Amino acid sequence: MSDTTNPPATWHLACRVEDVPDDGGSCVLIEGRQIAIFHFKRIGQWYATDNLCPHRQQMALSRGMIGTTGEEQMPKVACPFHKKSFSLENGKCLSGDDYCIQTYAVKVEDGMVHVEGPA
Amino acid sequence: MSRKIIVIGNGMVGHKFCEKLCDKAKPGQFEITVFGEEPRVAYDRVHLSEYFDPEKTAASLALADLNWYLSRSINLILGNRVSAIDKEKKEVTAQDGSIHPYDILVMATGSAPFVPPIPGSDKKGVFVYRTIEDLDGMKAHAPHAERGAVIGGGLLGLEAAKAMLDLGISDTQVIEFAPRLMPRQIDDRGSAVLQAKLETLGLKIRTSTNTSEIAGNGCIEAMKFADGTEIPVDMLVISAGIKPRDELARDAGLEVGPRGGIVVDTLLTTSNPDIYAIGECALPNEMTYGLVAPGYEMADVVATNLVEEPKTFEGFDMSTKLKLIGVDVASFGDPFAEGEGVRSISFENSSSGVYKRININETTGKLLGGILVGDAEDYNMLLQNVLSELPLPEAPEDLILGARGGESTGTGVMALPDDALICSCEAVTKNTICDAVRGGNESIDGIKKCSKAGTGCGGCLPMVKDLISGVMKEEGRYVRNTICEHFDYTRQELLDLVKLHKLKTYDEVLDKFGKGHGCEVCKPVVSSILASVYAETANRKPVAQDSNDRFLANIQKGGTYSVVPRIPGGEITPDKLLVIGGVAKKYNLYTKITGGQRIDMFGAHLQDLPAIWEELLEAGFESGHAYAKALRTVKSCVGSTWCRFGLHDSVSFAIEVEKRYRGLRAPHKIKSAVSGCIRECAEAQSKDFGIIATEAGWNLYVGGNGGSKPRHAQLLAQDIDKETCIQYIDRFLMFYIKTADPLTRTAPWLDAMEGGIDYLRNVVVNDSLGMAAQWEAEMSTLVDNYKCEWAEAVNNPDIRKRFTHFVNAPEVKDPTVSFVPMRDQFRAEDWKGKKEPAKQTTPSA
Repeated sequence: MSDTTNPPATWHLACRVEDVPDDGGSCVLIEGRQIAIFHFKRIGQWYATDNLCPHRQQMALSRGMIGTTGEEQMPKVACPFHKKSFSLENGKCLSGDDYCIQTYAVKVEDGMVHVEGPA
Repeated sequence: MSRKIIVIGNGMVGHKFCEKLCDKAKPGQFEITVFGEEPRVAYDRVHLSEYFDPEKTAASLALADLNWYLSRSINLILGNRVSAIDKEKKEVTAQDGSIHPYDILVMATGSAPFVPPIPGSDKKGVFVYRTIEDLDGMKAHAPHAERGAVIGGGLLGLEAAKAMLDLGISDTQVIEFAPRLMPRQIDDRGSAVLQAKLETLGLKIRTSTNTSEIAGNGCIEAMKFADGTEIPVDMLVISAGIKPRDELARDAGLEVGPRGGIVVDTLLTTSNPDIYAIGECALPNEMTYGLVAPGYEMADVVATNLVEEPKTFEGFDMSTKLKLIGVDVASFGDPFAEGEGVRSISFENSSSGVYKRININETTGKLLGGILVGDAEDYNMLLQNVLSELPLPEAPEDLILGARGGESTGTGVMALPDDALICSCEAVTKNTICDAVRGGNESIDGIKKCSKAGTGCGGCLPMVKDLISGVMKEEGRYVRNTICEHFDYTRQELLDLVKLHKLKTYDEVLDKFGKGHGCEVCKPVVSSILASVYAETANRKPVAQDSNDRFLANIQKGGTYSVVPRIPGGEITPDKLLVIGGVAKKYNLYTKITGGQRIDMFGAHLQDLPAIWEELLEAGFESGHAYAKALRTVKSCVGSTWCRFGLHDSVSFAIEVEKRYRGLRAPHKIKSAVSGCIRECAEAQSKDFGIIATEAGWNLYVGGNGGSKPRHAQLLAQDIDKETCIQYIDRFLMFYIKTADPLTRTAPWLDAMEGGIDYLRNVVVNDSLGMAAQWEAEMSTLVDNYKCEWAEAVNNPDIRKRFTHFVNAPEVKDPTVSFVPMRDQFRAEDWKGKKEPAKQTTPSA
């Protein structure tokens, strides 16, 4: 999922695999930025997004429920405040609003979770 | 090469133009620059008075944010006005002296309030009503004012009067020059009804009154009128109409109308072919349009022509409906139609303040227009009748009086022609909406998303709703409340399946009976089912729980949590009160008594929750399940223990009931109360189940609730003893838990039950389904297996880890949390502007 073209990726060590619940999320602090990391175990994927829900500017997405929607089973997270849903793949709001969230590439090596950017 | 477009004005129409043009243009086709003289991005002026709602901020009125412009590569220049246009050189000069060349210039300069030349109108305390800055000025002045006035009894004047009332100035007068209110929209009789109605609401109204002077020493103190009278006033809003902002066009030598407005043709081109004018500043057909819908249409016409598709502006229907200080007023088509073959039918009920008039052409059999005051429910349908030129029913008065007796005359929304315009803001026809419904969009949100209908003023939403249910009915679609896209079962079916197949986890249920990977709708539903079937706490599979159940607390504004220990029956010892006080003080929590006779502590950081609960548990408290769809509280009055009227000990019974059903998870929250006599101080009849002492025992009521749709509970059984009462409640609750749809309280569940309370009584009291013994046994298992979730959490190091904000820095609290002081405590910070990005600060660990 990571963008392989320029610039070269900066990987940040985020947390241990066991810090993120299966099929749920946790929040990490990277360079002063709050990043939500999700381990979507059912589909064998890791995702990272901003922790901030743009609807009411709340640091809450890591506490939201994840799931999928549509025929293509688009993975998503729903904010616990007002249930605005965002795609974990591209950050687009799936509840019909025109804001979106930043997503980040994730890699897991030797039991540690790394997140690309944000620099 | 891309063409340079400059838009002057970032109001509603200027913004809509950008939206339309970006939708239509190819990438790179245009290079757009927008000038706005106000410091903020375009906002919704139609709903300006909502700004006085304490819940609303300037940001909630915004139509877009800076990112919207940025992401479309539009150069948005705010707080900088265009001061001159050089149409020969094709460039504009801004206030700061910078010069910007254009290929196409679009003027969307809007209008300004018209202030009549009354001496003293420049005094302090005199306002106009147009921008957020005007409103801020009014807000700041209002606390010093006691007597308000508004000049102008038109649409905007009455809006301004409403704003004055909202600002707490209950002594407000409306001064109108004409002999009646809203002279442009409604007739004499309509005005009289409206005026009478507004007067009963506390507004003073003076018509046929000409203001001659605004008096006062620096600040307004009085208004003097031409008839020699005067009134004391310390705050005045002038809302006497609008005038187009055409000064820039005038200076540039463009043609303007004799009474203002930039003259344009049907393509909205001004007298210079490279310059367009749209919205309130434009004058097509010698007419200015002071509503937003025609402005949007003009924006669309120009945007369409710029991408070289033909479209012209052919005038616009000026029908309008609004709520003025709680009174509906509408005027549609030709409200005053007269002439040969024209007949008016009117209906007036002065006691209820309703006036309706329709004008029909007897020769053509068509509706021409009309007026509605006090009850404008028929507005959308009547307007459609005019616009679609539908044939009149045999008895035209049915249109305003409703069909009396016999079959309805078929004037429902489904009877409209396919091309009937349902949403005039976004120009969406009936056919477009019906097609969207046929294509699978069965919700208002879905329709909004795919057609944009209802996203403007929202006035058409009732019709959209009717169209959705109309089409679904036509297609014979059965509306079955299945849980979500992942489960094609109702909650009741799924509960039976879970039991039958002995499924124990969310994943098992999803794999066996669902598809896909779940969502925020089915996860809590399945978790609730598992809790009901197996007496499970929310700690088993936290990520499949609603977020509040996952953290065993209620998330509040700002991302902190509130803590509610159980206080059964509302009875608490002084020592326990001291513990709550101590904990709240130690963790810096805001405290408030809840409606359910317990104490809520707000503002707890996520990672403080286990420590807070450790102290509360130590003192003998347990979880109050305030965060769960479960039993909340059983309120009580003191009953026979202290009260001179009390018949039985209602407190002890309430405690017994609360302890029995504590932690019981259900499709929705459950509330209860026990009163010690018929005076009903515990308000048991507003609860899901309520108990009231009688001489002979207890009466049991079920199916009540407070909330937005308050319901009184209905009597289920009379004069029963305690044991029987508990038995009936067991059966009632199990029946409810097993059969109700998700998030359905007992009242709507009972409403939907065929046979209603009589059927329920038969099931619960007479055991007509033969389920009583099984339900009682199941309830007994649930009661026996109760565990305090918080005790479980605090004593388990793995569960405790769940309560960290940063898993890579567990000691750091969320640095974005902030509070605002209030009355010796503090509260959560207001929602931040919904559009600006939040500041991300680096915390000091």
